[in-house]
Amino acid sequence: MKYQRVHLLLCHGTACVSAGSEKIDEAIKEELEKHGLEKEVRLVPTGCFGFCAMGPVMLVYPEGVMYCRVKPEDIGEIVCEHLLKGRIVERLLYKEPDGKDRVAELSNIEFFRHQRREVLHNCGQINPEDIGEYIARDGYFALAEVLTKKTPREVIDIITKSGLRGRGGGGFPTGRKWSYAGHATGEIKYVICNGDEGDPGAFMDRSIMEGDPHAILEGLAIAGYAIGSAQGYIYVRAEYPIAVQRLEHAIGEARKTGLLGKDIFGSGFDFDIELRLGAGAFVCGEETALLHSLAGRRGEPRPRPPFPAVDGLFHRPTLINNVETLANVPRIILKGAPWFAGIGTEKSKGTKVFALAGKINNTGLIEVPMGTSLRTIIYDIGGGIPKGREFKAAQIGGPSGGCLPKEYLDTSLDYESLIELGAMMGSGGLIVMDESDCMVDIARFFLEFTQDESCGKCTPCRVGTKRMLEILQRITQGEGEEGDIELLKSLAEDIKGSSLCGLGQTAPNPVLSTLRFFEDEYIAHIRDKRCPAGVCSSLLRFEIIPEKCTACTVCARVCPVEAISGTPRKPPFVIHQDICIKCGACQAKCPFGAIAKV
Amino acid sequence: MQEEKEKYRRLAVVLEKYHGKAGELINVLHQAQLIFGYLPKKVQICVADALGVPISEVYGVVTFYSLFNTEPSGRYRISVCLGTACYVKGAGSIMEALKENLKVDEGGTTKDGLFTLESARCVGACGLAPVVTINGDVHGRMTADDIPELLERYRKEAEA
Repeated sequence: MKYQRVHLLLCHGTACVSAGSEKIDEAIKEELEKHGLEKEVRLVPTGCFGFCAMGPVMLVYPEGVMYCRVKPEDIGEIVCEHLLKGRIVERLLYKEPDGKDRVAELSNIEFFRHQRREVLHNCGQINPEDIGEYIARDGYFALAEVLTKKTPREVIDIITKSGLRGRGGGGFPTGRKWSYAGHATGEIKYVICNGDEGDPGAFMDRSIMEGDPHAILEGLAIAGYAIGSAQGYIYVRAEYPIAVQRLEHAIGEARKTGLLGKDIFGSGFDFDIELRLGAGAFVCGEETALLHSLAGRRGEPRPRPPFPAVDGLFHRPTLINNVETLANVPRIILKGAPWFAGIGTEKSKGTKVFALAGKINNTGLIEVPMGTSLRTIIYDIGGGIPKGREFKAAQIGGPSGGCLPKEYLDTSLDYESLIELGAMMGSGGLIVMDESDCMVDIARFFLEFTQDESCGKCTPCRVGTKRMLEILQRITQGEGEEGDIELLKSLAEDIKGSSLCGLGQTAPNPVLSTLRFFEDEYIAHIRDKRCPAGVCSSLLRFEIIPEKCTACTVCARVCPVEAISGTPRKPPFVIHQDICIKCGACQAKCPFGAIAKV
Repeated sequence: MQEEKEKYRRLAVVLEKYHGKAGELINVLHQAQLIFGYLPKKVQICVADALGVPISEVYGVVTFYSLFNTEPSGRYRISVCLGTACYVKGAGSIMEALKENLKVDEGGTTKDGLFTLESARCVGACGLAPVVTINGDVHGRMTADDIPELLERYRKEAEA
């Protein structure tokens, strides 16, 4: 291999590709050629760095300098200044939200400083489409270790002792799940990786599949060996085209190198993996629904027991694990159960990846030890709330989870504490909301989602969520009635108690959780017909502030329904509330800030 | 007509490969949709016959999953991300602006057959929220005010 003095790592995760990575790729190749640097500089397309807010992100090694929001037209300067003259391009460096100096090295950036990247240790560091780079970072060593030196029973033992729990939401002990599937009788067994990440606003699994696909293949193969299965499946959302393509490529490479297929490492163990695509149904993340979908049918859940460990895919014993769970497995085997059990809290071991989004400065993918506080995540890593606004709540666990208000900023994020607060770990989506978000509207938003995604098989979920949604719609439209809150609570309990699968059983959670912490907002909507956050348009009024109005006529001209009248140059103008459709166009266009939302 | 024949020829190649494999139904439907752009009744019947699955089951699967369409869509598919991150950053008002500009509802196609408007559940580009995709091209950090200009660009492209 030729010596190359510079490595340019360019993020090719979905967010950075959306922001233009591919065009930058072309620009770099062009510039390198222009200066005759193709042989000295190596361009490495990587998976997600996690710092999506700053994408496209580029790292220059050996210095480890990070450039943010790079555009194709910046490349000429980077090549001429940095690569040829050794001068860092200051203006493209990251600047902390507090406006202090620009920071060059990744490790000095607050966003990265407070993280502990274990599962993500390869994401953004290697080319996911080159199996050699994965192997160079100890990839497939864990598989070699278990196949040549350990019995399946010993492997399950290690996983059990590590304390690893399912990262898909429920937090069921992984070792116990493996042990059930291992003990099940049957010649043919299956292992499945659940990559149906449907929670809107969560992208942990996608980033791992895109950035480190071989870790999932290796984890799945180890799971296969542990329970005695020769066939694995990865079920991925069809909405993740880059993940699908990288996984396909990885499976091909692993087959070619003999790391999948017959007699792996001469151990006599055969294992292969097939990829299966979903087709846009949130419920397929539920394991029995996933099994139906994998077999080409409607993704409807069925009652458990029998559990998949006994009666799963094609009625064979089947083990189903989430992407992040499996990506943890090779690390645990290599570093040992005590190492893993040493991270995190008493009952929640290891690290957790969160997708941080919403009203937060540093949107992105982060990984922290279990038990880290929300405050650390939002203020130290996330860089706080934009526009100087105040933190209101964080929605954790998506449509199945709940919200944590500011009183709980110091709560330890682990499975038990979250359940106690009526939220849940879920897969790790973390949406931050500020004072301008209406909690009733957020509850309505989530219920609209679950209602739409309800498969319709059981009545409590199909009809119950519909009725709850109707009540919430009424409330946000200013037609809430006394007794609505009680009705919502009682419906919620019924749906939770009687739905067939996890989707229905958790669908009321966002409503119960917002009711628990923000009941006063519900009351303001119902009794006072007022939306304190100023979101629910039916409850809003736009009014002209007479002292500020100059009668310039701009508002009257932009109003689509002619609800504003007055005489030019004779302030103030007036908004006729009976005609106004509350579109907000006048407020947006008024040059004097003379229109208020009340 | 010739074009239509070519599509069925390509479908036949796919069906040949998966003949009798009922478990591959979703996979085959994906490929069929790639060829036709949607899944008309006739295509569903062909798939049912080849895989040995009742037509009712094929229809059941097609209507269950949101990615399968039974109606042809416009030349440009506009998808407004309504994932949580985009929603809290104002995706709702972008959807309203699009509905008003295009004079269609969610799921509808404009009369000129140019645009189909739909919502998406998280494109995964939460760092760019709110996001609109048009035929897969991502437009990030959108505001309702950007909509007319964006659509105009595509209308011009269509004319050219």
